[in-house]
Amino acid sequence: MSLGRYVGRRLAITVPVLVGVTALTFSFVHLLPGDAVDAIVGFRDVSAETEAAIRAEYHLDQPVWDQYLLWLRDAITLEFGESPVTGRDVSATIGRRLPATLALGGAAWLLALAIGIPAGIVTAVSAGKPADEVGRLAALAGIATPNFWLGLILLFVFSVRLGWFRVLPPDAPLVSLATVKFLVLPTITLGTAAAALVMRLLRSSMRRELDAPYVTAARARGLPERTVILKHVLRNAFLPVVTVAGLQLAFLVDGAVVVEGIFSWPGMGRLLVRSILRRDYPVIQAIVLVIGIAIVLANLLVDIIYAILDPRIRY
Amino acid sequence: MSDRQPTTDRGRIRIVGFDDAAEQKRDSDASSDTADAAGTTADPSIASRGATGIDPTTASTSASAFAQPGRRLENAWRRFRRNRSAMAGLAVIIVMAVLAVFARPITVSTAEVTITLQPFSLAPDDPTAMFVGPPNAPPSLAHPFGTDWAGRDQFSRVLVGGRYTLSIGLVAVALALCVGVQLGAIAGYFGGWIDEAIMRVVDVLYAFPFLVLAIAIVPILEPVPILGSGYWTVVVALAVTGWVGYARLIRGEVLSVREREYVTAARALGVPDRTIIRRHVVPNAIAPVVVQATLNVGTVVLTAAALGFLGLGLEPGSAEWGAMLAQGRSSLLRGDWHVTVFPGLAIFLFVLAINLVGDGINDALEPDRDGRDDRRRMR
Repeated sequence: MSLGRYVGRRLAITVPVLVGVTALTFSFVHLLPGDAVDAIVGFRDVSAETEAAIRAEYHLDQPVWDQYLLWLRDAITLEFGESPVTGRDVSATIGRRLPATLALGGAAWLLALAIGIPAGIVTAVSAGKPADEVGRLAALAGIATPNFWLGLILLFVFSVRLGWFRVLPPDAPLVSLATVKFLVLPTITLGTAAAALVMRLLRSSMRRELDAPYVTAARARGLPERTVILKHVLRNAFLPVVTVAGLQLAFLVDGAVVVEGIFSWPGMGRLLVRSILRRDYPVIQAIVLVIGIAIVLANLLVDIIYAILDPRIRY
Repeated sequence: MSDRQPTTDRGRIRIVGFDDAAEQKRDSDASSDTADAAGTTADPSIASRGATGIDPTTASTSASAFAQPGRRLENAWRRFRRNRSAMAGLAVIIVMAVLAVFARPITVSTAEVTITLQPFSLAPDDPTAMFVGPPNAPPSLAHPFGTDWAGRDQFSRVLVGGRYTLSIGLVAVALALCVGVQLGAIAGYFGGWIDEAIMRVVDVLYAFPFLVLAIAIVPILEPVPILGSGYWTVVVALAVTGWVGYARLIRGEVLSVREREYVTAARALGVPDRTIIRRHVVPNAIAPVVVQATLNVGTVVLTAAALGFLGLGLEPGSAEWGAMLAQGRSSLLRGDWHVTVFPGLAIFLFVLAINLVGDGINDALEPDRDGRDDRRRMR
């Protein structure tokens, strides 16, 4: 199958998934117990006029199928209405918080790669030696540490006791020295488990590659071990790491939901938790939709990149 | 089906070569075990390929499926037992389970009678009793882990909290397995539009991160009356989000298992599809799912603790390890470190132990599949 046809097929699979993601997100308000109006206003008593206005605004007076299509039309133009709890425009709220989450997630992702890749190489090369065993246990410890606990401990030690970092985010623009400094602890908290996963994945895929005949051939031809590892083995071993980038995104989003609350970071994760506790359903719906679509698109992108990198892959 | 004992010479059909292969498999397993123990690198598959005329991988799988169902488990257990870190993990889990069970007496009470199932009480205080000590007291002899803001004994709460965490992990994973394995096996075995339908649902659910989906499901489940307390809300939310991983995984395995000769043979003999799936396909496709399920107990426990930490699901004030940390931020900022450290340490220990055991099972079941599970660990 040619690359073009593969991409076409992959796109064709994505369309029903996107429809499913939007349909599931749409039905969220309707799956909630009680009337959808109750859910939207957060189960408060409202006057009959307000109720009628809400019914009209959310098209609740029409068949479910039409409701979905109308909602979808609004969602495509990022029109999610106003939050009944705060009265603010939902899209604007999310738009304001998205950069903060992207900054934190991006920093954590870079940290995960910066630690995970070298550690993966070292443990794979020294398989069976003490370095490998230490790395294995460190990775397991990283995976097993609850991120909210790690965050609390870091906050306690470095912010409360030592006073190196601020407890609350500075009132400074996102790109400024104070903000970058504040982001150190949240980034470590969020990036630790991700780094451990990258490391383990790279280690096992490198172990497999190291057994391949081309490695023996390269060594037999007298290539320095460094060149064999970094130029030949690593390039091939990277492919499985690339495929999990979509899962990594989901993993980081999960982490952000928790970590942002601990460090009072004004991102989407904290907004989601707060909206759940306040029963602010339109905001929840919009956030879940943004996350779902982002992950579907990330997976699509990863599959296409994978197919370009590895011409053997044409499912 | 009256003949429950699987044999290779059922009726008049005698499948030639299976018994030899089974013997070969046993020999090669034994030799590889000794070889591993001696630290040499003998490759048993080469020996068996030379000895028998048939493909050794197919033969050994069919042999272990038909001839000696218990044999594979026995070998796996032998390999597992030699794995020191996995055994340490298992020991930690057993100790924590025992501590949780014997933390407080368990009684079942109906209208009049109260039956005590478990009379022991390792925890000194009732985990919900307030002001058994001064609030926020640091660790002391009377309260080894200190007390929390309401003067509740942290040591008792950590011990009893193991009940929530361990049982949520086990029950949620078991429920998710029931759904995921069935749907995944059906999708993989039948293929076609059934496969398409099930896998598109899986794809849609896969688009949402585990915790985000669980968070969104909690308010939907919360008012359902039969779910009662927050406990079942959390369990069901985690099961609903968890089954997709197993479905996807076992489908992939089933796709290759269903092409095997013994499945074709069973179909030719007129065995109904559901029997083929239950007796022949699933048992041969389950190994990676077992590994993932074990590791997932850790993920589920972490997610359940995160839900508790965020104040979702369980009632606030429950002696669940994550929920105990919910007050952790404010107590930490006041300088009361002990409120946060001990419940978190308990979660960490349990999840670490689960991961050690999961790695051990992985190595024991599929020695040649080093680390295939890592991408699955993220779900």
